[in-house]
Amino acid sequence: MAEAFHAAQILLVEDNRVNRLLLARQVEQLGHVVRSVDDGLQALTTLRSQPFDLMLLDIEMPGMNGFQVLEQLSTEPELRELPVIVTSGLDGLANVVRCIELGAEDYLHKPVNPVLLRARIAASFEKKRLRDQQRELVRRFATSAVAQDVQRSGFALGGHLVPASVLFCDIRGFTTLAEALPPEEVIELLNTYYTLMFDAIGSHGGVVNQIIGDGLMAIFGAPLPLEGHAKCAVRAGLEMVEMAAQFSVDQRAAGGPEIRIGVGIASGEVVAGYTGTQDRATYTCVGDTVNRAARLEACTKEAQRAVLIDGATREHLGAGFEVEALGAMQLKGKTQSVEVFAVA
Amino acid sequence: MSAASSPIIDTQVFGELQNNTGADFVIELVDTFLDEAPQLLAQMRSARAAADADSFRRAAHSLKSNGNTFGALAFAAQARSLELAVLAQVEEGALAALEEAFGQAAARLRELCHG
Repeated sequence: MAEAFHAAQILLVEDNRVNRLLLARQVEQLGHVVRSVDDGLQALTTLRSQPFDLMLLDIEMPGMNGFQVLEQLSTEPELRELPVIVTSGLDGLANVVRCIELGAEDYLHKPVNPVLLRARIAASFEKKRLRDQQRELVRRFATSAVAQDVQRSGFALGGHLVPASVLFCDIRGFTTLAEALPPEEVIELLNTYYTLMFDAIGSHGGVVNQIIGDGLMAIFGAPLPLEGHAKCAVRAGLEMVEMAAQFSVDQRAAGGPEIRIGVGIASGEVVAGYTGTQDRATYTCVGDTVNRAARLEACTKEAQRAVLIDGATREHLGAGFEVEALGAMQLKGKTQSVEVFAVA
Repeated sequence: MSAASSPIIDTQVFGELQNNTGADFVIELVDTFLDEAPQLLAQMRSARAAADADSFRRAAHSLKSNGNTFGALAFAAQARSLELAVLAQVEEGALAALEEAFGQAAARLRELCHG
């Protein structure tokens, strides 16, 4: 993938020496930097003294166990958002559920599979980077005169109209797929899927700003302007389809379920900005362009095409793409029909 | 769960560990295990004597986890059943059996590492 590798600072909390050595080795092999401690109290002390991108946390430990560490983290504003991946050999779904409820991002059974470890670290780390990026933008907004003005009106923390392309992606027939698989495998499948999709989107300058179940929304052109955003979005969309196909080949070989995705892309002005309350803000894009992209994505199955784009995206595309005009289509919830094109 | 019907060390699991982390590293890892496991086994005995269920369970849990890492599956299965057991009902014989399984696993691991 074109995106540059970023090494994460990872805190490893594990009381068993063999497990500690092994996990540290596996994480270092992925190119990340590890600091190891062997109990919960040391973990908290270390976290308070230096920044980390991620924590790998064992549950069964003397003194303060992993559950207690998670509980304590949730009470400390500075540490609340640190992504935590629990690694444990504890049996039973109840323990997994408890960790997730206490705020853990993910749960890996020991012995930890190196491929899963890589995928989950990458996904957690990417999410944290996006969050940090958003927070940095909020901070910038907050110091500007604009933000002060907006703060009086409460909600829209600096909403403005920007030209952008919006991409929606969804796994086709995911509900049927999810019902046929054990829950751990569904989560595993989703994690791998997200890792691949985040990669494709990020490497073309897009930002994933929403994940809903098996669907996601990405913006090209906001929060930061992006030259040729329509082209970037379409390239990302094509790469996502290609990666899903590649993934399915691997899955077929391993006897696992295959996935097929649909992608809808629309371009135009979007209302972008921070919305939320004083305590919690999120970057949002709304408007007709966003709705159109979502509707296009919903049409991919019926149209039997993997990537559908609107007329505005088509106009900005230029040469070098294989575009097929599908004519005017009546999109759900729209009174006017929209010119739809397929890209392959 | 008979130890006789399955190999002491599942060489596929062990081989994968070597492939993923390097043979030299695995030697270091095995040495750590051989160093630490007897302490954990002793912890289980003293925890049983002191009726300290938490300490007993944690030690059994660690041994299970390490056993699975090296492919000592029969040993790990025995440790797991003790991890899940009610301490008051654990008989001395079960600990002796676990120690014996460890002895066999340790010998086989030494062979695999040092030929």
